[in-house]
Amino acid sequence: MKCQECQKRPATIHFTKIINGEKTEVHLCEQCAQEKGNVIMFNNTSGLSINNLLAGLFNFNPNIEHTQKNALHPNEIIQCDHCGMTLNQFIEIGRFGCANCYDAFQDQVTTILKRLHEGNWKHRGKIPQRSGGNIHLRKKIDILKETLQSLVAREEFEKAAEVRDEIRLYEQQLQEGGE
Amino acid sequence: MSLERFLNQSVSPWMNAEGPESDIILTSRIRLARNLKNHAFPTISSQEEAKKVLEKFQGMIPLLNLYPLKDAEFLKMEHLQPLHKQVLVEKHLISPNLAEQSSHGACLLSQDEVISIMVNEEDHIRIQCIFSGLQLEEAFNLANAVDDQLEQHLDYAFSEVRGYLTSCPTNTGTGLRASVMMHLPGLVMTQQMKQLIPSINQLGFAVRGIYGEGSEALGNIFQISNQMTLGKSEQEIILDLKNVVEQIVQQERSARESIVKTAGIQLEDKVWRSLGILKNSRIIETKEAAKCLSDVRLGIDIGYIENISKNILNELMILTQPGFLQQYAGGPLRPFERDVRRATLIRERLLLEKNS
Repeated sequence: MKCQECQKRPATIHFTKIINGEKTEVHLCEQCAQEKGNVIMFNNTSGLSINNLLAGLFNFNPNIEHTQKNALHPNEIIQCDHCGMTLNQFIEIGRFGCANCYDAFQDQVTTILKRLHEGNWKHRGKIPQRSGGNIHLRKKIDILKETLQSLVAREEFEKAAEVRDEIRLYEQQLQEGGE
Repeated sequence: MSLERFLNQSVSPWMNAEGPESDIILTSRIRLARNLKNHAFPTISSQEEAKKVLEKFQGMIPLLNLYPLKDAEFLKMEHLQPLHKQVLVEKHLISPNLAEQSSHGACLLSQDEVISIMVNEEDHIRIQCIFSGLQLEEAFNLANAVDDQLEQHLDYAFSEVRGYLTSCPTNTGTGLRASVMMHLPGLVMTQQMKQLIPSINQLGFAVRGIYGEGSEALGNIFQISNQMTLGKSEQEIILDLKNVVEQIVQQERSARESIVKTAGIQLEDKVWRSLGILKNSRIIETKEAAKCLSDVRLGIDIGYIENISKNILNELMILTQPGFLQQYAGGPLRPFERDVRRATLIRERLLLEKNS
């Protein structure tokens, strides 16, 4: 196979780039890879530093199912299309490059957050007033639904009915707001 | 500069105030981490991008006309003298990282120094509020109000599922770090602190000495803070921390009582000797000063020592750090000169107590 950049030298470096879930196969010769800067990232990743906290978190995962799902294929590069950070760079430095990295590395982020926050991966705190939009309403409904479940479990049906009506009211508001 | 003038300029109101449980709890601190949408985080951002973020923030300052951000002072790191930055770090108003490594880093500081907003630290924006004693809710309410004000003018990076998106995944979600600084000589003397730390850790809270390096806690001062920022509401995080802290306060009180009961005279001896050292030494290192200040503060709390104000520990722990000593001296000092200067400052400060 010839290098896809220069079309002259044989391709010796093969990897898959994943940008926003879109896979691209890349075949380069060593010279072109170096010019494109890909090989540098690539070399960095070959040995994940054990000292690194995040790398440690990521590699040590008792949940086998998860490990397989999120395992890094040695020849794949997952990259954020906003800031250009790769997943491996993120794991190495332990810091996101921008807000979009959270989406770009979505599957791995969930695993990491769970390990850092006692199994939690979902925000339950403040929602910004202005940019929060109708998240406020939806969150309220979520919390009420949880309350409803626990009320039913405790067989407090009268209270449960009240909560159910409240949920309906909010859901109506949500629909009206959405139209 | 006279000592009184230096103190007036250096001591933040929250160092002097006596909040609830202030015999054991020195300060309560809240920090909220926030980032702007569509800008790379400061850890990787280019100079130009960092500058843009700074300009965005600066452009918004005139719009913050509500108390307490009115008349706040805007300090750009590149315009500050190294010594001035060091003093701000020693007061806990900015982080060492902002002072030394940030590009286009800045800090918006309220007049009373209760609120400080750091720009271009690890996150674009970090709001911090410090209150005296145990006042976590109060500090949070203020930080929250400041956050609401900023959010009116800035587009935050926020996701419904992950919450506030931060540079480090350890802050994701609420972006909230709540911490309490505690003076725990009783638990250290009775050797209980060593056992207590692992159990506090197990509850999801970090314990560290805030002065000194590594595990060593200078002046028996410890900082307890939440580690988890995701999956709990801000109120829950604060309540959980408050509960743990209140239990530690109880244990510290009973440790003090039992020392007074079983070894009262030894404790009294220790306290008075330490006061003697502070009053008379001509050269004193940080470590010894911290130990003696802790003893004297304990002596004041128990009632052995009268006529010395309680905040002497909070105040002198901060003012005897290298940056402050050099500011007081009006220029750079070598370590040995600092030890001399430290001893002088402490002696003069104690004399001030007598005169008042």
